Amino acid sequence: MTTATALPPVGHTASIGVRTERLLRSEWTKLVTVRSTLWSLMLLVVITPGLTALFTWANDHNWSQADPSERANIVADPTSLILGTGFLFGQLTICVLGVLVMAGEYSTGSIRSSLLAVPKRTPMLAAKCAIFAVVVFVFGELVAFPSFLIGAKILHNHAPVSLGDPGVLRAVIGGGLYLAVLGLFALAIGALVRHTAGAITGVIAFVLVLAPLAQLLPGSLGKHVHAYLPSEAGSLIGQAHQAKDDLLSPWQGFGVFCLWTVVLLGLAAWLLNRRDA
Amino acid sequence: MIEARDLSKRYGDKLAVDHLSFTVRPGTVTGFLGPNGSGKSTTMRLLLGLDRPDTGSATIDGRHYRDLAEPLRVVGALLEARAVHSGRSAYNNLLVLAQSQGLPRKRVDEVIELVGLGSVAKKRVKGFSLGMGQRLGIAAALLGNPDVLVLDEPVNGLDPEAILWIRNLLKRLASEGRTVFVSSHLMNEMAVTADHLIVIGRGKLMADCTTEEFIERSSEKSVLVKSPDVARLAELITADGGVIAATDGDGLTVRNLVAPQIGHLAASAGIELHELAPQAASLEEAFMELTRGSSEYEGSIGDAPAPLPTEGGAA
Repeated sequence: MTTATALPPVGHTASIGVRTERLLRSEWTKLVTVRSTLWSLMLLVVITPGLTALFTWANDHNWSQADPSERANIVADPTSLILGTGFLFGQLTICVLGVLVMAGEYSTGSIRSSLLAVPKRTPMLAAKCAIFAVVVFVFGELVAFPSFLIGAKILHNHAPVSLGDPGVLRAVIGGGLYLAVLGLFALAIGALVRHTAGAITGVIAFVLVLAPLAQLLPGSLGKHVHAYLPSEAGSLIGQAHQAKDDLLSPWQGFGVFCLWTVVLLGLAAWLLNRRDA
Repeated sequence: MIEARDLSKRYGDKLAVDHLSFTVRPGTVTGFLGPNGSGKSTTMRLLLGLDRPDTGSATIDGRHYRDLAEPLRVVGALLEARAVHSGRSAYNNLLVLAQSQGLPRKRVDEVIELVGLGSVAKKRVKGFSLGMGQRLGIAAALLGNPDVLVLDEPVNGLDPEAILWIRNLLKRLASEGRTVFVSSHLMNEMAVTADHLIVIGRGKLMADCTTEEFIERSSEKSVLVKSPDVARLAELITADGGVIAATDGDGLTVRNLVAPQIGHLAASAGIELHELAPQAASLEEAFMELTRGSSEYEGSIGDAPAPLPTEGGAA
């Protein structure tokens, strides 16, 4: 009676490729069938270019009143200004979504059916990470290029910059890379904390609160701590070249961010396997 | 076939499951009975690999749940707590599960029709009633057409029509040769659904037998007898080895003697009888008898709740 559809026999062993494909397909459906994904990505797409335009316009508008050293900084690396403004706020949508993707499974209880379907927990987490990172990367690029082009057009008179300039294309692509890793970072925190509100607070603290606090530390200690904080290090990828007082190059900074994320994901996977669901 | 061997699980300082061993066989409905907090849900979570046992192990058809490649094809489970994403539609919740096992979309439509959720399949689960949520849980359990079903309190909060539906479904699944393991704290529900019972109290095994054996074993049988000459009858009964368990006006509840013996005593002494009725204990009473004092949360008023008095005196 429950067998109207002929199902393949149980016990045949599907290849690793087939099993991976099933996992990815399932995680894809999970991601695209909840509204929070749609809302977060829509906000990202609206906020990032919008605020990039607003902030670069404000800088351009107040050009004559700005401090000469500030103007020199902007001229030296306009990309850094363009990508450093809209993304600062746009990234919060990815922080929230990353947490929801994992902690949402705990808050709704769906983690239990997920683990009943896929009792090997590490592959489940890996598939979730892969799907989420790819989706965020694609949307990250979808906002990085328009944001850059809008910002560059607005700054054109005072600080001209184009995609062909050294390091600029890497920085713009880096905008999407940064968001993808940030999404995984938030996902890892969500997996560790397992409560949406707590995890979102934790991620926001990492991204927005710790940096100014670290700068209050005295002398070179503060400078070093600040430079190695995850989002501070990671956002260096959005600069065309290393500024003279930066401790890390763009790729080094991005590497530090990736390292943070890998360590947290490793911890999340370890705990996921150890903890009762 | 489900096998639990020496399962134990401790949460903090509370031993939820205490060296529990049992076997659940195919082809029958096996009821898993115990008061609230006796460790039923924990045991099921251990079977399903959601929690790690502190001692022992559980296997399904000889394998640990975590080693099953396509677990939903082997075991269908309904957990007590809701285990679906409330922001996702019923259909999409099932689709996620189907895709993880390589099951076709058509199968999702089938189980949705089977549990009667066709009209709300595309609606978000958030607005579902308890009964609809349980039906969705059953659909998820049947999705992979598994040979083993593990259902935690499936009739909880359901209306009588839905309870009847689930009861018949479970019997039908068992008659198809599947292993059906279903927990409940409602003894009377198990009496009409389960052929075999595994009873636990405070995480320990208290009984593992057929439902009839359970009632037989767990409770003394008694006979209600009514007579206008109750005092003389009581003397005769006591002299013959009977025990008067209760007296109420012209009625006696007698243990240790069966109805024909009492009838014979009365007849030979010329005592008029108005009623002579063997009292079969209900499963509810048998269960309370067995688990008395083993309930995790007992009311502070008096002892375990007494069964309602039957006509003419205590049962």
